[in-house]
Amino acid sequence: MQLGRVIGTVVATQKHRKFEGAKLLLVQPLTLDDKPRGTALIAVDALGAGVHEKVLFVMEGRAAGEALGRKLAPVDAAVVGIVDVVDVTE
Amino acid sequence: MQLARVIGDVVATRKDENLTGLKLLVLQPIAADGTAAGRTLVAVDAAGAGVGETVFFVRGKEASFPFYPLEVPADAGVVGIVDHWDVEG
Repeated sequence: MQLGRVIGTVVATQKHRKFEGAKLLLVQPLTLDDKPRGTALIAVDALGAGVHEKVLFVMEGRAAGEALGRKLAPVDAAVVGIVDVVDVTE
Repeated sequence: MQLARVIGDVVATRKDENLTGLKLLVLQPIAADGTAAGRTLVAVDAAGAGVGETVFFVRGKEASFPFYPLEVPADAGVVGIVDHWDVEG
Protein backbone atom coordinates (compact mmCIF):
# COMPACT_ATOMS: atom_id res chain seq x y z
CA MET A 1 0.00 0.00 0.00
CA GLN A 2 1.09 3.56 -0.55
CA LEU A 3 0.59 6.91 1.09
CA GLY A 4 -0.97 9.70 -0.90
CA ARG A 5 -2.84 12.94 -0.73
CA VAL A 6 -6.28 13.47 -2.23
CA ILE A 7 -5.87 16.34 -4.67
CA GLY A 8 -9.21 16.22 -6.42
CA THR A 9 -12.18 14.25 -7.59
CA VAL A 10 -13.18 12.79 -10.93
CA VAL A 11 -16.71 12.82 -12.26
CA ALA A 12 -17.72 10.55 -15.13
CA THR A 13 -21.34 10.14 -16.10
CA GLN A 14 -20.76 7.40 -18.61
CA LYS A 15 -18.83 4.54 -17.07
CA HIS A 16 -18.79 0.80 -16.54
CA ARG A 17 -21.77 -0.30 -14.42
CA LYS A 18 -19.48 -1.55 -11.65
CA PHE A 19 -18.53 2.08 -11.02
CA GLU A 20 -22.08 3.20 -10.39
CA GLY A 21 -22.22 5.17 -7.16
CA ALA A 22 -18.49 4.89 -6.61
CA LYS A 23 -16.58 8.04 -5.75
CA LEU A 24 -13.46 8.62 -7.81
CA LEU A 25 -10.57 10.52 -6.29
CA LEU A 26 -7.40 11.92 -7.78
CA VAL A 27 -4.60 10.80 -5.50
CA GLN A 28 -1.03 12.09 -5.59
CA PRO A 29 1.36 9.44 -4.22
CA LEU A 30 3.71 10.80 -1.54
CA THR A 31 7.13 9.93 -0.20
CA LEU A 32 7.55 9.48 3.56
CA ASP A 33 8.52 13.16 3.82
CA ASP A 34 5.29 14.20 2.08
CA LYS A 35 6.81 15.07 -1.29
CA PRO A 36 4.91 14.14 -4.47
CA ARG A 37 6.16 10.92 -6.05
CA GLY A 38 5.19 10.05 -9.58
CA THR A 39 1.98 10.95 -11.34
CA ALA A 40 -1.42 11.31 -9.74
CA LEU A 41 -3.81 8.43 -10.24
CA ILE A 42 -7.50 7.73 -9.92
CA ALA A 43 -8.63 5.61 -6.97
CA VAL A 44 -12.11 4.54 -5.92
CA ASP A 45 -13.15 5.63 -2.45
CA ALA A 46 -15.53 3.75 -0.19
CA LEU A 47 -14.59 5.65 2.98
CA GLY A 48 -15.60 9.20 2.21
CA ALA A 49 -12.11 10.70 2.06
CA GLY A 50 -12.01 14.37 1.22
CA VAL A 51 -9.73 16.61 -0.80
CA HIS A 52 -6.45 17.46 1.04
CA GLU A 53 -6.68 14.38 3.26
CA LYS A 54 -3.75 12.01 3.55
CA VAL A 55 -4.77 8.48 2.69
CA LEU A 56 -3.57 4.91 2.44
CA PHE A 57 -4.35 3.29 -0.89
CA VAL A 58 -3.91 -0.05 -2.60
CA MET A 59 -2.68 -0.44 -6.16
CA GLU A 60 -3.78 -3.95 -6.97
CA GLY A 61 -6.91 -5.04 -8.76
CA ARG A 62 -8.57 -7.54 -6.50
CA ALA A 63 -7.73 -5.65 -3.32
CA ALA A 64 -9.27 -2.54 -4.86
CA GLY A 65 -12.37 -4.52 -5.83
CA GLU A 66 -12.68 -5.80 -2.27
CA ALA A 67 -12.48 -2.27 -0.93
CA LEU A 68 -15.29 -1.36 -3.25
CA GLY A 69 -17.22 -4.45 -2.12
CA ARG A 70 -17.77 -5.62 -5.68
CA LYS A 71 -16.43 -8.70 -7.36
CA LEU A 72 -14.87 -8.38 -10.81
CA ALA A 73 -14.89 -4.61 -10.76
CA PRO A 74 -12.49 -3.19 -13.36
CA VAL A 75 -10.53 -1.13 -10.85
CA ASP A 76 -6.86 -1.13 -9.92
CA ALA A 77 -6.61 1.38 -7.08
CA ALA A 78 -8.69 2.16 -3.99
CA VAL A 79 -8.44 4.27 -0.85
CA VAL A 80 -8.53 1.92 2.16
CA GLY A 81 -7.62 4.25 5.04
CA ILE A 82 -7.46 7.86 6.12
CA VAL A 83 -4.11 8.47 7.76
CA ASP A 84 -3.93 9.95 11.25
CA VAL A 85 -0.20 9.54 11.82
CA VAL A 86 2.82 8.04 10.07
CA ASP A 87 5.56 7.33 12.57
CA VAL A 88 8.94 6.70 10.98
CA THR A 89 11.79 6.00 13.33
CA GLU A 90 14.73 5.53 10.97
CA MET B 1 8.94 -12.18 -1.79
CA GLN B 2 11.42 -9.56 -0.79
CA LEU B 3 13.53 -8.51 2.16
CA ALA B 4 12.69 -5.26 3.91
CA ARG B 5 13.33 -3.32 7.06
CA VAL B 6 10.37 -2.12 9.11
CA ILE B 7 10.98 1.60 9.53
CA GLY B 8 7.68 2.82 10.90
CA ASP B 9 3.98 2.36 11.24
CA VAL B 10 0.77 4.02 10.13
CA VAL B 11 -2.23 4.92 12.26
CA ALA B 12 -5.55 5.28 10.46
CA THR B 13 -8.69 5.42 12.57
CA ARG B 14 -11.04 5.54 9.63
CA LYS B 15 -10.31 2.64 7.33
CA ASP B 16 -11.82 -0.29 5.49
CA GLU B 17 -13.58 -2.43 8.10
CA ASN B 18 -11.61 -5.51 7.05
CA LEU B 19 -8.41 -3.71 8.04
CA THR B 20 -9.64 -3.27 11.62
CA GLY B 21 -7.17 -4.58 14.17
CA LEU B 22 -4.38 -5.10 11.65
CA LYS B 23 -1.00 -3.49 12.06
CA LEU B 24 0.15 -1.28 9.18
CA LEU B 25 3.92 -1.18 8.79
CA VAL B 26 6.12 1.15 6.74
CA LEU B 27 8.68 -0.97 4.89
CA GLN B 28 11.92 -0.08 3.19
CA PRO B 29 12.80 -2.90 0.78
CA ILE B 30 16.46 -3.89 0.99
CA ALA B 31 18.93 -5.58 -1.33
CA ALA B 32 20.82 -8.73 -0.40
CA ASP B 33 23.62 -6.56 1.00
CA GLY B 34 21.21 -4.82 3.35
CA THR B 35 21.14 -1.48 1.56
CA ALA B 36 17.87 0.29 0.79
CA ALA B 37 16.51 -0.72 -2.59
CA GLY B 38 13.44 0.90 -4.06
CA ARG B 39 10.44 2.73 -2.78
CA THR B 40 9.06 2.53 0.70
CA LEU B 41 5.60 1.05 1.04
CA VAL B 42 2.96 0.21 3.62
CA ALA B 43 2.12 -3.43 4.35
CA VAL B 44 -0.26 -5.30 6.63
CA ASP B 45 1.42 -7.42 9.26
CA ALA B 46 0.78 -11.18 9.35
CA ALA B 47 3.90 -12.12 11.30
CA GLY B 48 3.88 -10.01 14.47
CA ALA B 49 6.68 -7.78 13.22
CA GLY B 50 7.67 -4.43 14.66
CA VAL B 51 9.77 -1.38 13.92
CA GLY B 52 13.48 -2.08 13.51
CA GLU B 53 13.05 -5.68 12.41
CA THR B 54 14.12 -7.22 9.13
CA VAL B 55 11.24 -9.03 7.48
CA PHE B 56 10.15 -10.58 4.24
CA PHE B 57 6.97 -9.57 2.56
CA VAL B 58 4.74 -10.64 -0.29
CA ARG B 59 3.16 -8.38 -2.87
CA GLY B 60 -0.21 -8.78 -4.47
CA LYS B 61 -3.50 -10.40 -3.61
CA GLU B 62 -1.62 -13.10 -1.68
CA ALA B 63 -1.01 -10.51 1.05
CA SER B 64 -4.61 -11.02 2.17
CA PHE B 65 -4.43 -14.84 2.36
CA PRO B 66 -3.30 -15.00 6.02
CA PHE B 67 -6.57 -13.35 6.99
CA TYR B 68 -8.84 -15.62 4.92
CA PRO B 69 -11.87 -15.76 4.91
CA LEU B 70 -11.74 -12.03 5.69
CA GLU B 71 -11.28 -10.18 2.41
CA VAL B 72 -8.61 -7.76 3.46
CA PRO B 73 -7.92 -5.04 0.87
CA ALA B 74 -4.14 -5.26 1.02
CA ASP B 75 -1.56 -5.44 -1.75
CA ALA B 76 1.48 -6.06 0.45
CA GLY B 77 1.91 -8.09 3.61
CA VAL B 78 4.70 -8.99 6.02
CA VAL B 79 4.77 -12.79 6.23
CA GLY B 80 8.00 -13.50 8.10
CA ILE B 81 10.57 -12.02 10.43
CA VAL B 82 14.12 -12.69 9.25
CA ASP B 83 16.56 -14.03 11.83
CA HIS B 84 19.50 -13.74 9.47
CA TRP B 85 20.35 -14.23 5.85
CA ASP B 86 23.49 -15.26 4.06
CA VAL B 87 24.74 -14.46 0.60
CA GLU B 88 27.26 -16.82 -0.94
CA GLY B 89 29.52 -16.28 -3.92
